[in-house]
Amino acid sequence: MGLIDRIVSQVLQRDVTPGEVAVVRIDLVYAQDGTAPLVIDVVENELKMESLAAADRGYFFIDHLAPAPHIPAASVHKKMRNFARRYGLKLFDAGYGISHQIVVEEGIARPGMVAVGADSHTPTIGAVGVYATGVGSTDAAIAMVYGELWLRIPETVKIVLTGTIPRGIYSKDIILNIIGEFKTDGMIGKAVEFHGNVLTDLSIDSRMTITNMCTEMGAESAIIPIDGVALKWLNERGYTVARRIDTENLGEYIDTVSIDVSKLEPTVAVPPDVDNVVSVDEVEGVEVDQVFIGSCTNGRLEDIEVVARILKNRRVSERTRCIVAPASRRVYMDALRMGYIDILIRSGCIVAPPTCGPCVGAHMGILAEGEVAIVTTNRNFTGRMGHRESKVYLASPATAAASAIEGRIADPRKYLS
Amino acid sequence: MIKQGRCWKLGDNISTDHIISGKYKFEAINDINRMLVHLLEEVIPEFYKLVRPGDIIVAGRNFGKGSSREQAPRLLKMAGVGAVIAKSFAHIFYRNSINIGLPVIIAKTIPDVTQNGDIIEINLVEGYVKNITRNVVEPIHPYPKFIEQLLNAGGIIEYIKRYGRPPWRESTG
Repeated sequence: MGLIDRIVSQVLQRDVTPGEVAVVRIDLVYAQDGTAPLVIDVVENELKMESLAAADRGYFFIDHLAPAPHIPAASVHKKMRNFARRYGLKLFDAGYGISHQIVVEEGIARPGMVAVGADSHTPTIGAVGVYATGVGSTDAAIAMVYGELWLRIPETVKIVLTGTIPRGIYSKDIILNIIGEFKTDGMIGKAVEFHGNVLTDLSIDSRMTITNMCTEMGAESAIIPIDGVALKWLNERGYTVARRIDTENLGEYIDTVSIDVSKLEPTVAVPPDVDNVVSVDEVEGVEVDQVFIGSCTNGRLEDIEVVARILKNRRVSERTRCIVAPASRRVYMDALRMGYIDILIRSGCIVAPPTCGPCVGAHMGILAEGEVAIVTTNRNFTGRMGHRESKVYLASPATAAASAIEGRIADPRKYLS
Repeated sequence: MIKQGRCWKLGDNISTDHIISGKYKFEAINDINRMLVHLLEEVIPEFYKLVRPGDIIVAGRNFGKGSSREQAPRLLKMAGVGAVIAKSFAHIFYRNSINIGLPVIIAKTIPDVTQNGDIIEINLVEGYVKNITRNVVEPIHPYPKFIEQLLNAGGIIEYIKRYGRPPWRESTG
């Protein structure tokens, strides 16, 4: 049994089998300003509910259009605030940050939980041992109203990360290579569970980048069992596990794959798809009009630290602009305290408030016709960040920062001593 | 459920961004009706005008990948699309479609033989999909019981409106 099967089995107090459909009590359910409007519509207008069974386990986040760039967004935000007040839901307003980041750093998502989020990158929070899956607005509404949801228990693929991480290689490079291997539909109907000695060298920040992007292989969920690194992280923050899950003798995976990270190069996903991955040297020199560092994939303190380290005493090229958006207010404050924000501003970066904005082409850095961007986010689909004739390359924060200095896609290793 | 309709043939990896681009979704986030004119526009310009009620989309692998935006299947249904057949579906799109009562059917060979404009029949009672134009039939797996109940009701919201509970809860009446 994999970890996800164990979590669900413990919740249901019976053994579940991958492939079966089970109705499961949901420990955590959330939606954001892109998906909340239809949640509100379902609860208030369609079902006309007076209360929510999961009000104390439900959250709204204003993160996609934060703060509101236009009247439609402002209207949605107003509705969300009113709804949260009426039903007793906790709302994280503009400025707090991106949902997946908040639920982890605030200790809302705790190991052993079953979580659904009306956002496709909800598996991010599997980095702290949560069985988390992305759903749509109606599912989120049903989970809030009834406190439970039907779930098809996914089969689990075990990925073992072995070897030693080379200098200039980050968890983003690791996951881009994995996606290149499995392609964008390789994990449909499945979940991914990570193991291997490399995890010892990956912080919670780094791990969240890996679980985050499993969505791009079609994975329904991604999870990392709680280990020493995670326990230390939890203890330092005074957070506890929600359910103690026995992680001894996990087994019976549909597939087990070993990935040796020792030979990895800085990696770039070339538009228009995430599995279109190449080594940075194959695209080195491609001119970029914009760099964006942030999002639920790579907007954490560790990401901003490496960007600051590379940009220190250097300048963003005049041919490009570099936007940095910390993933949360807490990340922003920590980065301020560490002096990173100072370095970024001096080097010519635009520091944006915590927001998903540019990643989804919503605001704070939309691309014009023919423009090219290198970004630390998770999707490089055609027109993702703006005009249909614009292009998006995905890379690690280090590769993005090196590219900002040169105004062209660049290998970060020369800037890392 | 038996449906027959004209086919729109699409390829692999049609994302929810293709179906309704994030930028248009967010520009009109308070009113789904305003998104309709952008439906699939980068794949089939003016699709919303060309599509006729009951038309069926036949696509390749990984249909609906990407974002969780439920506007994607909702807009397809609003435009008149009667069903989507694909080799595989992204799981959120698949769930969303069932929840809103848009039949989504996994078929492995029909997408390979189907051309734009072919007439497709979906027979969920007898469990097959047929390309009438090319006379090719493919058997399909039946849905789990309560997914069928949801689709027959027109989606989970319609189901709950009718029965006062989701299908997995015991009737109290």
